[in-house]
Amino acid sequence: MPTNAVKQTDESFKFLLGNEAIVQGALEAGVSFAAGYPGTPSSEIIERLAERARDLNLYVEWSTNEKVATEGAAAAAFSGLRSMAAMKNAGLSVALDFLTHLSLTGLGDLGGALVVAVCDDPDAHSSGDETDSRWIAKFAYTPLLEPSSVSEAREMVRSAFDLSERHKCSVMLRSYTRLSHGSSLVELAEIEKSDRRAHSETDACITPYLAKPKHDLTLRRLDRIREEFEQWPFNEYHGPEKPRLVIVASGSGVQCALEAIELLGLEESVGLLKLTTLWPFPKQFVQEHLKGVREVLVVEEVDPFVESHVKETLFDGDESGQNVWGRQSGHIPDFGEINPDRVLAALSEILGIEFKSRSASYGKRVEEAVDKLLISRGLTWCAGCPHRASFWSLNKAIKGAKIDAYVTGDIGCYTLDVFPEGKCQMNLLHAMGSSLGLAAGLGQLGRFGHQQPIVSICGDSTFFHSAIPALINAVYNNSNLVHIVLDNEATAMTGFQAHPGVGYNAMGDPAKRVDIEKLCAALDVPVETIDPFDIKAAIRTMRDLIKREEGVRVLTMKRACDLLRMKR
Amino acid sequence: MTLNADPLNLVVCGTGGQGNILISRMIGRILSRKGYYLAIGETFGAAQRGGAVHSSMRISTKRTYGPLIPQGRAHVVLSLEPLETLRILSLYGNEHVLTVSNTEPVHPVGVRAGRARYPDIEELKEIISGLSETAWFLNASEAAERLGAPIVSNIILFGGLLGINRMPLTVEEVEREIETTFPGSKVDLNLNALHRGIESVQMSA
Repeated sequence: MPTNAVKQTDESFKFLLGNEAIVQGALEAGVSFAAGYPGTPSSEIIERLAERARDLNLYVEWSTNEKVATEGAAAAAFSGLRSMAAMKNAGLSVALDFLTHLSLTGLGDLGGALVVAVCDDPDAHSSGDETDSRWIAKFAYTPLLEPSSVSEAREMVRSAFDLSERHKCSVMLRSYTRLSHGSSLVELAEIEKSDRRAHSETDACITPYLAKPKHDLTLRRLDRIREEFEQWPFNEYHGPEKPRLVIVASGSGVQCALEAIELLGLEESVGLLKLTTLWPFPKQFVQEHLKGVREVLVVEEVDPFVESHVKETLFDGDESGQNVWGRQSGHIPDFGEINPDRVLAALSEILGIEFKSRSASYGKRVEEAVDKLLISRGLTWCAGCPHRASFWSLNKAIKGAKIDAYVTGDIGCYTLDVFPEGKCQMNLLHAMGSSLGLAAGLGQLGRFGHQQPIVSICGDSTFFHSAIPALINAVYNNSNLVHIVLDNEATAMTGFQAHPGVGYNAMGDPAKRVDIEKLCAALDVPVETIDPFDIKAAIRTMRDLIKREEGVRVLTMKRACDLLRMKR
Repeated sequence: MTLNADPLNLVVCGTGGQGNILISRMIGRILSRKGYYLAIGETFGAAQRGGAVHSSMRISTKRTYGPLIPQGRAHVVLSLEPLETLRILSLYGNEHVLTVSNTEPVHPVGVRAGRARYPDIEELKEIISGLSETAWFLNASEAAERLGAPIVSNIILFGGLLGINRMPLTVEEVEREIETTFPGSKVDLNLNALHRGIESVQMSA
């Protein structure tokens, strides 16, 4: 397939991680401003951009959350610069409110551009969900590109910036674990220092009376983008002229499909239609290539996004009697990441081919060995982790005094509490900042006979990300709860990215340190600070605060992550 | 330029922090300079917290393959931890797979907490041998301690991989890569470790 035919040994090619290829594309496109919030598998995008900030005169920041990051990046685009916002799938939901309105106004006329790079985590290797971000692009009327390989990622980021500038709207680039954390050889072009100057004169306001006409304009813009996508060079058909079956694939599905076709020796009868522009959906392009094709298999991850649009497209066409198989038909399970085995199984089933990945006797021997000897390798806190001490103390404080407390948790290393080798204290665990939002609600239930003390727990970076509005809500509405901030002076889970409490920024420059205790004290609530390794004081203080039973009480458990000590 | 198999599928596995991603990236840089099409897939994120980690590598003269190896299609497995060898064979093993394994266990936290039992190492080795065309075992952790640096056990195992002579890599290429990967003061130590690994598989052959 022509797309991945990158093979060179000279200096203009480099072995890059997918996220590094995204960075390379952004730098080649002249990005000036980038912002994001860390989250696997997206974090390397902002990290690598920040490393280049000084020599290329970029501004790169770790923002407090993804909405703020996207707003910051959009501000730069309104002012004529090229900007990027980067986040994982969960973060895109945080930014969504802004994105839906941004698509209505567009980016103005100063030639700016904004690419929102979102990294999904199919299979939820290191996420709380495997949500498919592509629906959000459609929901927010935002053009969506999905590269199918590392080298294509670099090229497509470049074209995403051009598309954004041409149509004066933000463009979403969807990555996924196997792209973000896969590596291949990538062709490099020269990176030039951007000489764009920022200037603000854009009027882009959304109000009730403007919303409807702007909606119309936004849809017409998508019509124009759809026309471009019908001719998009990265969309291509590969295979026989009269195929028995065509696989329509996007993202990671492209390589998986190619491999399955190859292993089954179906090059002469099965074609592959690669799609990289997923919204607005290139209907005519798909209709043309599926003309006369009886069997269609859609290979993508995670949800049947392309599949439902292929069906819609064919329904709108003249042909009838076409079968579209995929996640909705059950030929590929409707959850989990795509892999070559799933495509092999689906193809064999549809075409009635026998395929065995390995001999039955080997399979049997492996199965016996696994049953007999293989044990799981659970996750737990590192040696010397202050979180373990904090949870140990909380357990003693609650169970020791026979207190029937109810605990809400949050996202970070302390989430490891819920695994078998944690202390299993958390009862509720959802999104970033939810510990406090849930606790604020629970703390109101006394009037309904609720008698259990409420304890919420989050880390320092999560506190800044989205716990603060919930904390203010709890104080304002006089909710009854103890909130514990596990302050280890790090965004540890994702790799020690800077946050407002650490005293430096993404580019490594000194920054103002926002003091969590002072911030809480300003709300006029009791605030205690304890070293988690002072077990006695921790247990005593936790118990005292829980027993006080009125309003919001805050406890910060303050000790730097031990890995940080080793890094220093 | 030919390969015994095309694509040649290599898995480097172990537990978080053992340095398997370092090895796969070193191999990646060498082979990409030699003009092979190459893809590496890694899963990390919770790795530092004791989890199983592996990188899969697809090496080809034809095209860039996807990073995921289909079930049962590994050609070579380099494992920094013996239980992880079995975990990888359960996914990618087949009658013709070659395995190079460390014999020093890293006990999962469930074992340390008394909730699970780590298999008997001799039985584990026997099973791994039975599931491989050829299996090489090195006590790389012990050898690294003899070199005074437990951290180089991954490079000793890298030496083991070179010693079995099935990868399109030469000793000189890896030596050069070590010289550019590690800071000057650590180069000799890592070169020593590499050669210790090469010798030990050749002795056991």
